[in-house]
This record gives sequence, C-alpha cells and structure tokens, in this order.
Amino acid sequence: MSAAIATPGTLPGETAIPEAAIRLTELRRHFSTSGSTLVKALDGVSLSVAPGEIFGIVGRSGAGKSTLIRCVNLLERPDSGSVRVLGEELLGLDDAALRERRRGIGMVFQHFNLLASRTVADNVAFPLEVAGVPAAERKTRVAEALALVGLAEKAKNYPTQLSGGQKQRVGIARALAPRPKILLCDEATSALDPETTQEILGLIKTLRDQLDLTVLLITHEMAVVKEICDRVAVMERGQVIEEGRVFDVFTRPAHPTTRRFIADTIGHSIPPGTVARLPAPGAGEARRLLQVLFAGPNSTRSVISEASRRYGLDLNIISGRIDEIAGEPFGIMALAAYGAPEQIEAALAWFAELGLGITPIPDSAVEGH
Amino acid sequence: MIPWLNPALEQLFVDAAIETLTMVGGAAAVAILLGLPLALLLYATGPGGLAQNGLANRPLGLLVNAVRSTPFIILMVAIVPFTRLVAGTSIGTTAAIVPLALAATAFIARLFETAFREVDRGVIEAARAMGATRLQILVKVVVPEAMPGLIAAVTVTLVSLVGYSAMAGAVGGGGLGDLGIRFGYQRFMPEVMASVVVVLIVFVQGLQSLGDWIVRRIRRR
Ligand SMILES: Nc1ncnc2c1ncn2[C@@H]1O[C@H](COP(=O)(O)OP(=O)(O)OP(=O)(O)O)[C@@H](O)[C@H]1O
Ligand SMILES: [Mg+2]
Repeated sequence: MSAAIATPGTLPGETAIPEAAIRLTELRRHFSTSGSTLVKALDGVSLSVAPGEIFGIVGRSGAGKSTLIRCVNLLERPDSGSVRVLGEELLGLDDAALRERRRGIGMVFQHFNLLASRTVADNVAFPLEVAGVPAAERKTRVAEALALVGLAEKAKNYPTQLSGGQKQRVGIARALAPRPKILLCDEATSALDPETTQEILGLIKTLRDQLDLTVLLITHEMAVVKEICDRVAVMERGQVIEEGRVFDVFTRPAHPTTRRFIADTIGHSIPPGTVARLPAPGAGEARRLLQVLFAGPNSTRSVISEASRRYGLDLNIISGRIDEIAGEPFGIMALAAYGAPEQIEAALAWFAELGLGITPIPDSAVEGH
Repeated sequence: MIPWLNPALEQLFVDAAIETLTMVGGAAAVAILLGLPLALLLYATGPGGLAQNGLANRPLGLLVNAVRSTPFIILMVAIVPFTRLVAGTSIGTTAAIVPLALAATAFIARLFETAFREVDRGVIEAARAMGATRLQILVKVVVPEAMPGLIAAVTVTLVSLVGYSAMAGAVGGGGLGDLGIRFGYQRFMPEVMASVVVVLIVFVQGLQSLGDWIVRRIRRR
C-alpha cells in the first residue's frame, strides 16, 4: 500500500494534504431522451480520490456510474462542474492536450473491447502506437506489460483464442502499457465468473501496490468493493448518497440503499421458518429481532451477557459469524431480545453508545401486536 | 479449350472472357479505390459518427442513393457524355468500365459503410480513451476491424459486376454476356449459350468461394 493511504486525512473537502489524484466537483450531466423526459445521469456529484487509493463506486443499474467514470477522461463531457486529474483541470484543454492526458489515464472495460484484428501483443501496443512511441521501445514495453499480467506466452494469440479472464488481463496490460498513474475500471469483472473475478481483483490490487496506481473502480457488487477498495461511494439516481472508508460504510451504513447493498454481501436475514419457531414474548413483554455488528474497541467485550444483566433481558442468539474487511475483523450476530419494551430500548441505546452497529430485523410474527 | 466449339468461335469465346474480366476487374478496382474513402466519409459524418456532420452526410447519401436507384441500363445511357469525357469514347470495353465503375462505387460504398457501422462501439470508445485521434481510429481501428465485412462486400460487388457487365454489351462493351446474346440467342447457337452460362456460373462460384475463404481466414483468428 502506498504512503498516501496511510494518511487517512485525505478525505474530500479537507484542506492541505497532497492534491487528490482525481477530484470531481459538482458534476452534472443530463440526457434528454426521446423529447420530454430528462434523465439526470449526474446530479451534482463531487468526489475525490487520493493518490494510490482504490476507490469504488457502487450503485444499481442506471445510477450514473458509467457516466461518472467516463467524465474522468472526458469520454463524456459534463454539462457543468470540474474534472481535475493529477492537479489539472481537464475541461479547459483543447483536443490535442486532452488526448495527451488520456494517455496517462488507463481504462479497463466490462466487455474488454479488444481489437479482434490484432494479436494480444499488438493490442497492448495500440496505445503506444497512437502515442508515437518508437517500434523498438514499443516492443520492450509490450513485453513488460504482458509480464505484469502474466500473459507473456499468449503474445501471438488473437483475442478470440482467450478466456474471459485472459482477455481482461490483456485489457489491463493495454491500459498499463503507457505507464499511466490512474486506472479506471468500468465493471471490469462483471462479465467474469466468481473465481476469475477474484483473480482479476487480486491482480488489480497487486498492480496498484507495485506501480503506485490510483484506481477508480465501478461495480454493482458490494463484494467487489469489500474485496479491494479502500474507500467507496454509493450512487443513486445521479447522486452520491454515502461515502467513506469501506470498513465504516460496511459496518455503519447510514443510507437504506447502502444497507440493502450490504445485506446482499454480509446478509443478516433470518429464514421466516426460524422466526416462526422462536418463542412468543410473555405477557407485558416485547420481542425484537436485531442484527448487532461488532467492530471497534468494544467488539471484544462480553456485551450480550452484560446487557442481559443490566436490563433484565433474555437475549437469544439466532446466528453469528466473523467476517473481515481489508484485514479488519468484525462480528455479526442476529439476536432475539425479550423483555420490557422500555428496557429493550435502553439496551439498544447502550449498544449504540458502545459503537456497535444495530440494524432492526423485521419481525413478521410480532408486528401484528 | 471448349471441345464442342469450333476454333473461330473458341477464339471469340476467349476474347469475350478477357473482356468480361477487364470490365469486372477495372470497375471493381475503381469502385474499391473510390468507394473506400466515400464510405469512410459517409460513416464518419453519419449520425453518431466520429465527425458527425449532416451538411456533408446528406448530399453524399443522396448522391449515392440516386446512382443506386437508377437502373443500370438507364444509367449507362444517361452518363454517355461523362463516359466520353473520361474514356474518350462511349463504346467498347474501356468505355463500359465507366458506368460499371460508377454503379459499383455507389453499391460498394453503402456495403462498406454498413461494415464500418458493425464495428463494436466499445472498441472505438477504448481507442478514444487511449488518446487516439479520429483519423487514427478510422485507420487503425475501424478499417481493420471491419475487414471481414469489407471482403464480403467486395465479393458481392464482384458477383454483381459479372451480371451488370453482361448488359454492357448494349454499348459495345463485349464480354461473355454479349457473346451469349449475339451468338447463342440471335444466331441460335445453343452450345454457345450453354458455354457462356456454364463459364459464368463457374466464375461466380469461384469468386464467392474465394471471398468466403478469405473472410473465414480473417475471422478465425
Ligand atoms: N448517451 C446517453 N443518452 C441518453 N441517456 C443516457 C446516455 N448515457 C446514459 N444515459 C442515461 O443515464 C443514466 C445513467 O446511465 P449510466 O450508464 O451512467 O448508468 P450505470 O450506473 O453505469 O448503469 P449500469 O450499471 O447499467 O451500467 C441512465 O438512465 C441512462 O439511461
Ligand atoms: Mg455502466
């Protein structure tokens, strides 16, 4: 990991600290489709990505993720806003200067977008050719880039002779051949099976460490974010609705959409059959189903028995497990709490005070009361 | 060569075959040479193109459509003054190449344009992201990626030209079609007609197979 990430102070909006690698400010991009309807693909998006960071953007289909990443190299021009890359505003540049800057920003695509008419080596050579790199140097750089992605022996093959994972490796080698400082990945693993996805994500992470790249990565899968990102932004309807360190967003999601996303990866749902089989609350008692997320300094305290004693509750542990994000462990537990309603509320407040993440689980059996 | 024709007819037959080859080859060469830049222009200036420009695209498209929608036999007669200007004469094999080339250029330009349009937009986007200029995108991406489609277009054009060249007999262009009409039909010599038909079928089949083979070879990689 590069030094820049070790300073967690480089959050957007904060002052001083080295200039962000990518700083997008108040980007707006509207599309008018078939006359009347206006699609706000980007509705005032601001983001900043620190040098050496892997920054993820997640969102459902149509959230505006692709539009956003395409604004970074101005494949898509925003209607308004500012696009600063490596400290320079790109929006004011003329065509020639913009092409020059694009060579310093590698891009990897969901469908690889390799040239079928060229061999693997010639595909990787393409950006160098376009930049006017002499043939002899091109050759060494192509070999170097292919070695980086572990595909040296496929240099003479055509893309159709490769598997999806291999094609994406070629895509990455091609993006890296001009030695960019920035790598943009638009759903780079969405066309790949889970195992190959792991492999490509691992590669991107290794390359970031090795080459000191700044990576902006788009995905609709939280699992990808959990796997390699340092920070993440969640997009919905053209806006960033939540942003932060991946661990924080995962353990303390603020927005319901984020929670739904996270539920897909570190799920906390309890099968309805299990809920039905739970004992009903006694007279004057309430039952609450909760997910408790243990992270941070209090995660090793015996909070369950302590809460039970303090508030006179019966706490029934339904499930529990330990997971890890970026090497930081956290525990998740599903609980059924029985007791006086006000005592349950007091216990929840105490949990929150301790910094534990509490998410209510809908309790279909009790809701009718 | 053809055992059932007498030596004199056989000579006529060989001459006619050479005339057909000359007309088809000459017209196709001109059509490819002119059609390729024309198609690139149509493609680049077209809707969503690399250098979108309706002002250039519409008149060009209209011109191409006008040529394509004029029946060849009428086109041939209509452009006689132009033919005389280019070829110095309006009759004979060389003169016949002019209307053939004109028709074939319009024809192949549209086919080429279609082949260009079929190039994956993602690949073009990737080239833009890598800082390629529009010209580099056309030359290094669009044309090579469209190659199988371009070869198929050339094949179709050659085959159509064989058919059109038979009509060029009307302006004294000669060729196998003309021989078939004059000897096979007007002098009622079925063996000549049969030979013409057989040779044309073999010729067209050969062209098609060759074209298909090249396309397959390019696609396989
Ligand atoms: N060129 C365009 N013309 C019209 N509308 C567009 C255009 N590009 C994007 N949009 C619209 O903008 C919105 C955002 O699109 P975008 O491709 O950025 O979404 P996305 O988050 O990348 O989705 P996905 O996960 O499906 O790729 C969508 O509603 C889309 O229909
Ligand atoms: Mg997208």
